[in-house]
Amino acid sequence: MNEQLTLSIEHLRSSFFTLRGEVKAVNDVSLAVPKGKIVGIVGESGCGKSMTAKSIIGILKYPGRVVGGSIRLDGQELAGLSDRAMRQIRGRDISMIFQEPMTSLNPVVKVGKQVQEAVLLHRSITSAEARQEVLKIFRTVGISEPEKRYDSYPFQLSGGLRQRVMIAMAMICRPKLLIADEPTTALDVTIEAQILKLMKDLSRNTGMSIILITHNLGVIAELCDFVYVMYAGKIVEQADTITLFDHPLHPYMQGLMASVIRLDRDVERLQTIPGVVPNLLHLPAGCAFSNRCPYASDECRTQPPVLHDVGSGHLVRCFRGEDDK
Amino acid sequence: MSEILLEAKGLVKEFPVKGRHKVVHAVSGVDITLYQGESLALVGESGCGKSTMGRALIRLLPATAGRVYYKGTDITNLKGEDFAPYRRQMQMVFQDPYASLNPRMKVRDIIAEPLVTYRVCPTPEATTQRVLELMAEVGVQREFLDRYPHQFSGGQRQRIGIARAIALRPELIICDEPVSALDVSVQSQVLNLLKDLQKERGLTYLFISHDLSVVKFISHRVAVMFLGKLCEVGKTSELFAHPLHPYTRFLLDAIPKADPHRREEEKAPSDGRSPPVPSTRHPAAVFTPAVLTRRSDARRRNQSCNKPATGKSPATE
Repeated sequence: MNEQLTLSIEHLRSSFFTLRGEVKAVNDVSLAVPKGKIVGIVGESGCGKSMTAKSIIGILKYPGRVVGGSIRLDGQELAGLSDRAMRQIRGRDISMIFQEPMTSLNPVVKVGKQVQEAVLLHRSITSAEARQEVLKIFRTVGISEPEKRYDSYPFQLSGGLRQRVMIAMAMICRPKLLIADEPTTALDVTIEAQILKLMKDLSRNTGMSIILITHNLGVIAELCDFVYVMYAGKIVEQADTITLFDHPLHPYMQGLMASVIRLDRDVERLQTIPGVVPNLLHLPAGCAFSNRCPYASDECRTQPPVLHDVGSGHLVRCFRGEDDK
Repeated sequence: MSEILLEAKGLVKEFPVKGRHKVVHAVSGVDITLYQGESLALVGESGCGKSTMGRALIRLLPATAGRVYYKGTDITNLKGEDFAPYRRQMQMVFQDPYASLNPRMKVRDIIAEPLVTYRVCPTPEATTQRVLELMAEVGVQREFLDRYPHQFSGGQRQRIGIARAIALRPELIICDEPVSALDVSVQSQVLNLLKDLQKERGLTYLFISHDLSVVKFISHRVAVMFLGKLCEVGKTSELFAHPLHPYTRFLLDAIPKADPHRREEEKAPSDGRSPPVPSTRHPAAVFTPAVLTRRSDARRRNQSCNKPATGKSPATE
């Protein structure tokens, strides 16, 4: 890709060191986020998508840590930075919003104050100026009656409003990169549509890049320019959204797409992917998906496949040739 | 249409608001009919009263007013011994498979609890045998008999919850968002299981969900709920093809479609407003909240929410 990259990750590896052994939650992940684009990471619970996000922003909790690889934000290397240096970057250059806005907001502090804290930390301005900034960002993210909401506590707000407050907090320092981890999973469909539209508009109007983490293919299709599919800590397929949805190559991605219920079709039974995600402590020797894959051969069970290009930036980690797909 | 299993007339459930002389009208005067062997989906946004209604229907919550009939018998005020035979016919599967199983009970005890309560099996051995049958039926391996809930994945826990619900061979199961906490691929496994069980046992489902695509797959009829009232009831295929009430259309438009080609088409309006809370009884608020007025449909707006359009009401089928 020749575009200007906001974020480029190469060979990132993060592990949890548990009593039962090393859990490779993020296993050699490389990804690129171009400026002003929305990049999606899709996968099921436990595939390592949230761990990738936490590694980028440097909030992996003990016993987890980044073991290797490089994370570059606008050319600046983040991996290996001290906590102190990372604190300068978090909130100013990279922000993150989480799934459950109720648990990520402080329940006993007014939301205006919480958002204001982010500005006061990173810029030397008076609190009166900061208040004005907060009211401005509240209007940008579509919070009605910002003056009144400034003095509200989180429990007085609905789920959609709380998520808007979270987005306001993440946006207030105009970060280069916003990481949204399942931002709409806890919300109603109607509110979900509003929040997705808001994120799309913000990215378009401010040139901010977004990493959107979700298990909902509908949300990906709606918003993302480029998609990475993760399974058991590895990227198994990557392509631009249209290519991926038109020609999914990895059996896992095909299975995911088949299990989505289509509103325009009637079916008697739903397609499923048999089995469950493997335990990261005991991964199969070959392809991590081989125990659930309908096409698995002996080669798949013994040899790990590599991520290879099948043309125009569409990469897939699977042995099956182009012809038999 | 087959025989009526459960029927509610003018069901009202109000919750007092602390410190104020006000109440929240969670369910305000709903008539609903469940036919034997069907799945009726109850859809709507958070706070519209759908879970409250599900619970009030099977008397997990006492209704403020209205009557509930089970196969023609008024069960609204039955107590103790009189109600027990009806209770075992009506079971529930809950949303969160992490919270609805007792973490300190083994799988065998969780599934056996209803059997023991109703003294279904004469001996402990017979109970274990029955538990194993149930586990096989919902697809949980028999080796897991002595495991605790935390040793299972979300999908397996939900299967255990389903086994517990079908243990007494009930006729009616209220499924309150049974798959919304599950991953996509697991979600379809559980939905297939629910559909298979219905076919084998002739179960009747009241399927509470906010996910219209799930509803499309599982249900025969759909009831759309808004602010404690039903605003549209109809056959699933008809309702999805020709939604009559603007609110139904609004809900359908809001679903993100897994098709990037459709992205350019205009989406649901986003005015940043949330659905109103039904705390004050202003009849107008039910018919013309912010979300509905944006879709002007003068013809429909004047219609009562409780009387679905002709040809779509269960009564006229």
